[in-house]
Amino acid sequence: MFEVENLQVSYGQSQVIHDISFKAEQNETLAIMGRNGMGKTTLFKSLMGILPSQSDKVSIGGVEVGSMESHSRVANGIAYVPQGRMIFPTLTVQENIETGLQVSKMKHIPDEIFALFPVLHDMRHRKGGNLSGGQQQQLAIARALVTNPKVLLLDEPTEGIQPSIIKDIAKVLNEIRKMREITIIVSEQVLSFTMEIADRIIVIEKGKFIHEDMRADVDSDTIKKYLTV
Amino acid sequence: MGEYSVQELTSILAMQGFAGISLFSVLLLMALGLAIIFGQMGVINMAHGEFMAMGAYTTYLLSVMTQTYFPEFMNYYFLLAIVASFLVAGLFGYLTEFVLIRHLYKRPLDTLLATWGLSLIMQQSFRSIFGAREVSPTLPDWLMGSWMPTDTIFIPINGMFVLALTAVVTIGVYILMFRSTWGLNVRATTQNRVMSGAVGINTKQVDRLTFALGCGIAGIAGAAFTTIASTGPTSGSLYIVDTFMVVVFGGAASLFGTIASAFTIAQAQSILEFFISGSMAKVFTLLALVIILMMRPEGLFSIKVRK
Repeated sequence: MFEVENLQVSYGQSQVIHDISFKAEQNETLAIMGRNGMGKTTLFKSLMGILPSQSDKVSIGGVEVGSMESHSRVANGIAYVPQGRMIFPTLTVQENIETGLQVSKMKHIPDEIFALFPVLHDMRHRKGGNLSGGQQQQLAIARALVTNPKVLLLDEPTEGIQPSIIKDIAKVLNEIRKMREITIIVSEQVLSFTMEIADRIIVIEKGKFIHEDMRADVDSDTIKKYLTV
Repeated sequence: MGEYSVQELTSILAMQGFAGISLFSVLLLMALGLAIIFGQMGVINMAHGEFMAMGAYTTYLLSVMTQTYFPEFMNYYFLLAIVASFLVAGLFGYLTEFVLIRHLYKRPLDTLLATWGLSLIMQQSFRSIFGAREVSPTLPDWLMGSWMPTDTIFIPINGMFVLALTAVVTIGVYILMFRSTWGLNVRATTQNRVMSGAVGINTKQVDRLTFALGCGIAGIAGAAFTTIASTGPTSGSLYIVDTFMVVVFGGAASLFGTIASAFTIAQAQSILEFFISGSMAKVFTLLALVIILMMRPEGLFSIKVRK
């Protein structure tokens, strides 16, 4: 289980995340939705240890990771697919994936990764920076998966991706969950995508969680109201 | 040039060419270390020349110690000196990163100033410990003399040794950077430090070892330097401008670019030096570099990708 209690993040004097607390179960997909500037990316960056934060608890399976640096959090089971993918542009596809292998102590990229993303196998010797946006997104997910995470954080995975590829990403995320039974936490603005993958939806506004629904109970109009500028 | 026969001119060109290759070797060894530090970490290490001098003084010290205590090993000490120069400069580099550089990563101009200050401290330390006069180690017999492929061409053996050493170090750096996990970590950290941490790479450790390796290679350059010139407290600083020139001209993150750039600059200077004065040779070389860099600001060899 992934647990966060009273998380606060500030940029200088300005507080942007206000006492956020939540739990996510193993084999659960949780979506955090909100407009631009509401704190989704800041929340994810602080969970990864990229931004400094204060909290009573950030734990994975009972292990407190709140004071750890990024690389130690990865070793303890958090993986991160950032907004904009942030693949390593001059490393090959294979090298990009191999950067994540060290944490899991595996020598080679598991076949399962290339089974999930066959295009990456075909392009494994190509520079990451020369892939299309959709292919880079697949690469970023593959790179996160080889760390053997217990919790996978995806920050707006559909941003800048064409609609047909968005469907593929949703399918892959559902497959990953089925195969690995991990916790997936995704930040999103696209409700149709979220409805394909999430068990639970939380709405964030001005750094606070203001609404929560199980998928079955989601009223699309209510969520869309929160997402409309 | 009219007073030379064709044969003499050929011999002169061959020997100046080889002198250029000796300069190329030292420049490349220096530039490899700097390319790793500047190209991979973005740190402008103004004390890089002093790390080379540290390697040279280590070689000198080992020469004196061997001559005093183990004279029967004089023929072998130099190989040990190369390793010792690498380790001493590398260890000092490791400590420098820990004490000084790591606090300045997001402040490149402060890094420049701090490493320049360090270079002055190191120069004065060399002066206080070894004196202001230049020193030279006693080279083993097998490094002396020349090889004569024809009656008029003399190729110094020490130059050939330095060239071979440079080849070994270059291949070693290539394997380390492009065929090892550590090299992958370095290249990933260079491109995106935050994301490297977020895939599990301990970027602080990578930085420290990268800086140590770059300084260690400068130490090897220092050991090689003792075979072709004597060492003084400011010997390293004489090479620092040329070395930065090599790295920038070649393209900071390109190993092949560094090699090509070191070769071009060393050969241009060495051959021009014979026909015009040394300072004019430098002027023409610099002028050519400025023109080329105006056309290709990213250096000779750079990788183009979508960012």
